[in-house]
Parts: sequence; structure tokens; C-alpha cells
Amino acid sequence: MVKVKLWGSLRDLAEGQDVVDVDARNFKQLLDQLELQYPALSPQIKRGVSLALDGVIYREAWFTPISEDNEIVLMPYMVGG
Amino acid sequence: MALDGNEKREFKVIGQRVNRPDGIDKVTGKALFGADLTAPGMLTGRILRSPHAHARIVSIDTSAALAMPGVKAVVTNADLAEPQDDFFRDIKDNVLARDKALYDGHAVAAVAATSRSAARAAIRAIKVEYEQLPHVTDVDDAMKADAPVVQAGRADESVPAGSSPNVTSHFEFGHGDLEAGFAKADTILERSFKTAATHQGYIEPHACLATLGHDGRGELWCCTQGQYNVRTICSQVCGIEATQLRVTASEIGGGFGGKTTCFIEPVALALARKSGKPVKIVMSREEVFRASGPTVSSSSDVKIGMTKDGRITAAQAKLRYQGGAFPCGTVEFGAQAAFAAYDLDAVQTLGWNVLTNRPKEVAYRAPGAPMAIYAVESVVDELCQELGLDPLDVRLKNAARKGTLASYGPTFNDIGLVATLEAAKAHPHYGAPLGENQGRGLSCGFWFNFGGNTCVSLNINHDGTVGVVEGNPDIGGSRASISMMAAEELGIGYDKVRTVITDTNSLGFNDVTDGSRVTFAVGLATIEAARAAIREMCKRAAQIWGIDAEAVVWEDGAAKPSGPNAGDHPPMTLAEIAAVMDNTGGPIAGHHEVNADGAGVSFGVHLVDTEVDTETGATKILRYTVFQDAGKAIHPDYVEGQMQGGAVQGIGWALNEEYIYGEDGRLQNAGFLDYRVPVASDLPEIETVILEIPNPGHPYGVRGVGETPIVPPLAALSNAVSRAANVRMHELPMSPPRLLKAMSER
Repeated sequence: MVKVKLWGSLRDLAEGQDVVDVDARNFKQLLDQLELQYPALSPQIKRGVSLALDGVIYREAWFTPISEDNEIVLMPYMVGG
Repeated sequence: MALDGNEKREFKVIGQRVNRPDGIDKVTGKALFGADLTAPGMLTGRILRSPHAHARIVSIDTSAALAMPGVKAVVTNADLAEPQDDFFRDIKDNVLARDKALYDGHAVAAVAATSRSAARAAIRAIKVEYEQLPHVTDVDDAMKADAPVVQAGRADESVPAGSSPNVTSHFEFGHGDLEAGFAKADTILERSFKTAATHQGYIEPHACLATLGHDGRGELWCCTQGQYNVRTICSQVCGIEATQLRVTASEIGGGFGGKTTCFIEPVALALARKSGKPVKIVMSREEVFRASGPTVSSSSDVKIGMTKDGRITAAQAKLRYQGGAFPCGTVEFGAQAAFAAYDLDAVQTLGWNVLTNRPKEVAYRAPGAPMAIYAVESVVDELCQELGLDPLDVRLKNAARKGTLASYGPTFNDIGLVATLEAAKAHPHYGAPLGENQGRGLSCGFWFNFGGNTCVSLNINHDGTVGVVEGNPDIGGSRASISMMAAEELGIGYDKVRTVITDTNSLGFNDVTDGSRVTFAVGLATIEAARAAIREMCKRAAQIWGIDAEAVVWEDGAAKPSGPNAGDHPPMTLAEIAAVMDNTGGPIAGHHEVNADGAGVSFGVHLVDTEVDTETGATKILRYTVFQDAGKAIHPDYVEGQMQGGAVQGIGWALNEEYIYGEDGRLQNAGFLDYRVPVASDLPEIETVILEIPNPGHPYGVRGVGETPIVPPLAALSNAVSRAANVRMHELPMSPPRLLKAMSER
């Protein structure tokens, strides 16, 4: 199980939780499980999210390995100018 | 991204100020920009735009225009494809309005004709029947319950029930107990701010030349920050398979985020398809202002609590951004960036993206961050003034550092904020004396940066020179920095490498030149491509010497035998290996494809001294210094150029630039005479201090530098002017009339 920190406005879409437990060993499994456990998060995940792993932001990279020792934060999909 | 010990920290080429490869072409006029290409039989495309801020399009009658001499095609929204995805459908409905004109200048129809005069006449002959609707251009007005509805049904699931239909998304970030944090404060300040929409202000207007034959194959030449992105958009909006549309990026006369989408390219392709002829469209400056993306305008409230000794106990920001007539994704980046420079126990940012009857917002360097950090840094400065504290010491006391829980969620790794602040404190600028009506302003800035999809091909030529092929338009000196990284890795001179930017059919997909990503990601791919070529060259040398490839190393641009059983062979240079490559296995090339992560966040600090004219309200910039962590400056001239350019654009944003709308919802100042950007005579030399705290995610330590410099100037200027004028300013731009009014009311 990994702990995933959500941003505040997702709280209501995840049964009021800021941090959710997900059984996943990589980002793809994490996103799949989030959609499965909290279907209300699905539209945002489909629009795009980034993931911060121990402070490093990943825009994509489904197969980045994760474990319960990592800090994992869901973030909006990163853009720039 | 793990680098497996491939980091390099000793350099021969990197860090030099070599000649820029595009210099001669640009000063002699040889460089080809968007409008410079012509084709046999080419038609002129022209776009009819709405004169109304908000109107239902009852009918469009193109018959008279089509009957005119020289007119070969007329297109409307109905001539485009039907993308399923909202993102592409919004672009389609922006480049040619569907059933409503949503802002002054919204494209309604387009013609292609044999001359400019014929195209102009045809535009006048198109009869559009409009039913005018109530409009709204101010973000706060647009959030009211009785506001005119720009587009119904565009709110996503994040928008709280009961919100105005113009609110399309809502974000919240933060952590900690705000109430408890504010209870610990000795002083709490709460202030409201407004910033105007500003344009990226690139010198080159949007321009393109399109062909699309009856065989379904198209060619598109255009000025863009991303030819692959143009291909993706045009494929969706025009219904063309990606491989059938080859897009070539022209030389680019500035982008700053504003050329990361399409305004005219799908229209030119639709006209080319209908007429069977090449069609060229060049936007006028007025069209650029009215219908290509400015940044958002904002309204915000910031509340910060501080102890007497300068420790921030709690902080909150509420940000409202209007991004024009289509949903935008900008406030979330302002909300994440707002307090990124601070180590806070209790912080919350709330953001709302809002529709108005204005042109569709487009990214502008660090989209969303400058206006949020402007509001935060203004309140921090006012608190410092009220409590008699040194503003730089307060930033240092509260600075985010390794281990800080960032206000947007993750815990920071190695970041350069403290070092940047200390460099500012130690700089002579910070202690320099000030005179009457003069003030000094300070602000921190932050941006995320990213890497993204990148392909590079590196080819060894028979004469020992090297060609690098990449797919990102050069908007900030990337051809030089990519050549330098290739030369460094290969151990050859910079003058032996030429980097070119290729079209969409000649190299794999590349993300747009944005996100401060190119020197980082394309550089990383170039280094890896060079390493692949080196491995092959070592193998060729080993074949020639009759030894194992593992017994060959690459040093100083040559293969050398290494190890006890390698034998005694003189080194073979890259040129010597290249000369015989036909005989040793054929062409030698390296390539690398990556979706790069690990770009590393970036911080900057800006210091500015201003003098206020108490009679006219004019502000003079006396001195300006930019401090920024570049990780590793590949070509320091270009890094300094990014820092200086961001400062200058920020000066314009802070002092003069604004979209001014009349009561009728029409833009009043669509030209550089009335929309005033800074010119050289307005500016002192912008001093720069580059810090180099290596980014562990890049072999040479590179961090993106292109966006962070636009973030601090707004607050730095506001703080300097507020101190100089002895009145706290809460709205941008601080144009002379606005500042004069504030001074008269103090």
C-alpha cells in the first residue's frame, strides 16, 4: 500500500480524504486504482495529472516504480509557456 | 531520473560565450520567418472578425463574397472537422466561431483570394446577422450570480454548487491549521489585488503558408513554438491523418508561450483544401491583440499572519483568474506557486478559473504564477514595512529549503532559494543608498519546469563534423546550447557541430518548446545521443585495432586503447574514425528518445530601485538586478538574456501594459502605440547574477531558466513603487494616472 496525497479540492471527490491508501507498485497501477476506488476522481485523472515522487515531478511515466517508502503527491498536469 | 553516475561537472565548451549560430542570418535578413515563404499560385487568406463582445450568429451569407473576382474560397466553422475532445473543439470554435461570437475579434469566417485587396473586399462582402447579447469582461463581475453566461455547461466536477456558470474549475492546495496559525501572529494583513491581462508581445505576428491537395496531403509552414503540436491540433480540427500533414516551423520572432496553440493554421488549411491552392495568412498587429492569447487577468485576496520578529504563522490566498471565453487551466498553477518560496506550517490557496467575453487565454512564461506571487510578495513587503523588518531577512527566515513541505504538496529536494537570497543580500545593490522619491523592491519567484517528450538524432559526417537534428523551435538560444552539449560530450570544437530544427515527418514526436524544457530535455537527449555515437565509434576503433570494444575509451575527442591487453595504438580522432566509416560498417549516428522527468524547480530573486515623479505619476527604473539558479549555465549569454528579458517583460506588466475594454466590451488599445511595452530608453542595464546549484536530474546539472524571470518583477516593482511613493499599490499596471491618483489620495 502506498499513501497518495491529494490536493484539497479533490477531497470531496475522495470521500473527504486528503490522503488515500492505494495498492500499487507503479504510477499506472496507482492511477487505475484511484479511479477504481474513487470514481469521482476519474474526470480529473482523464484530463491529466502529474505525480510528485519524493519531490520530483513526473508528468507521465506509467511504469515509474513506487513503494510505501515514497512520498507520492497527485498534482495537476504540469504545463508551461 | 537516475543517471547511473553519468554526471559531468568539468567542462571545456559548456560555460563559454560562443557565437550564436543564428546571428548572421538574422542581422542580414536571411532568416525565414513565418511570413517570408511564398508558393506558386499562392492565395491570400483573410479573416472576418466579430465587432461584438458577445453575439449570437443568426446567419452568415457568403454568396456575394464568393461571386467576387479573384475569390477562390470562403470557409466557416462548418468547414472544419468535429473533434470529440473538448480541448480540440475549443480550439476549433476559437479559430472560427460556431454559433456565437464570444469576444470582440472572434473569427467568424475567412476568405482566400488572388490578392490582398480582393481578400479585403470579399471580407466586407460577407453578410453576418448578429443578435447582440449582454457581455462581461471583468472576472469579479463574471462570478456574480446574475452575470451574462459566456458558455453554459462548462463547469467541471470541482466547481462548488451555486457558483456562477462562468466558473469552470476550482482548486485548493495547502496544509496545516490556518486558524491556529493566524492565532499565533502578532500582525495579520489582508489585502485585495488586481492585475490586468497582458499580451506576450512577440514582435513577429502569427503567420503561416498552407497547402492541402486533393490527395489529402498537406504542407504547413508556420511560426510556432511546437510544430508537432500544430500538427496534432490541425489533424484534429481539419480531419487530417498526422502523417499526411508535414509541419515545418519557421524562424520565430518571439513566443513566450503565446505560440503554443493555433489561431490561423487550421483556417489556412481549410481554405487551401477548398481552393486547391496554397494559402498564406498573416495576422495584423491589431488581430494579434484582439484574437491571439493574452495572459489571464486576475483578482485576488491574500491574508498573511506574522510575528514581530518576522516569522510567518499562516497564509491564505484566494485567486480568481479570467481566461477569456473558453475554459483555461491557469489558476491551479498560480495557486500552487503562490507560497512556494515559503516554509509554512499553515497555508491554503484557493483558485477559480472563470469565463469572460475576452480572447482565449494562452500561456505566458510561467502561466499563472506572476499574478499570484505578486499578491503574496506585496503583502509580505507591507508586513515588513509595518513591523520595521528587513524584507530580505524575512524571506531568508521563512525560506523554503530542502525538507520543506511545499505549499503545493511535495517535500522539496535540493533547491536554490536560500543561496539565491543570500547572493542578493551580499550584492552591492542591496545596500546602495536611495534618494528622495526613490524606493527599493524585492520579490522571490518560483516556477516548476518540466522535461517532456524529446527526440534527438546526432549524425557523424565523413569530414569529422557533426549534425544534430532536433524538433523544438529555438526561442531562446537552444541551437547554440545543444551544439555546445554535443561538442562537450564528443570532445570536439563547437564550430564542428551544427544543430538544425526539423519538420514533423523527419523526427519522432517532440513536445512544444515551453515549460523551460528545451535546454534540459533536448540537452539530455543530445548528450545521450552523443554517448550512443561514441559507443559506436569506440567499437569501430576496436575493429581497426583488432581488440575488444571494452578495451577502448573515449577521451578528448578520440578513441584510445585502455587496459592491460589493449595494445599500443595511437588514438583515433572522431574525424579519423568518420573518414573510414564506410569501410568499418557504414554511417555512424546516435539517437535518443525520452519523456524526460526530473527537470527540477527553479527560484529567482529580483531587486529593483525606482524613482517616482510626484507630478506626473511616472516611474523610472533606476537599477535592476536578477538573481537566479540556473543549475548549470550552458551558454551564459543566453541565460542572462532570459533573466533580462523576463525582467523587462515584467516591468511592462507592472507599469504600463494592460488590455483596456470599453463599456461595449471592445478592446480599446489593440496596437503598440496604445499598449505600451518598455523600450530601451525606459530601462537601465539589467544586472544578472547566475547561481549554479546543479540539478541532479540532468547530466550537466541544467535547470530550465526561461520562465522563472517573469515571476518576481510584478511584486518587486510594486514594492519599490509603493515605498518610493509612500502609498501601497494594489493594482497593476501602476500606470502614471493610477499612481498619481493613489498619491493624491494618500
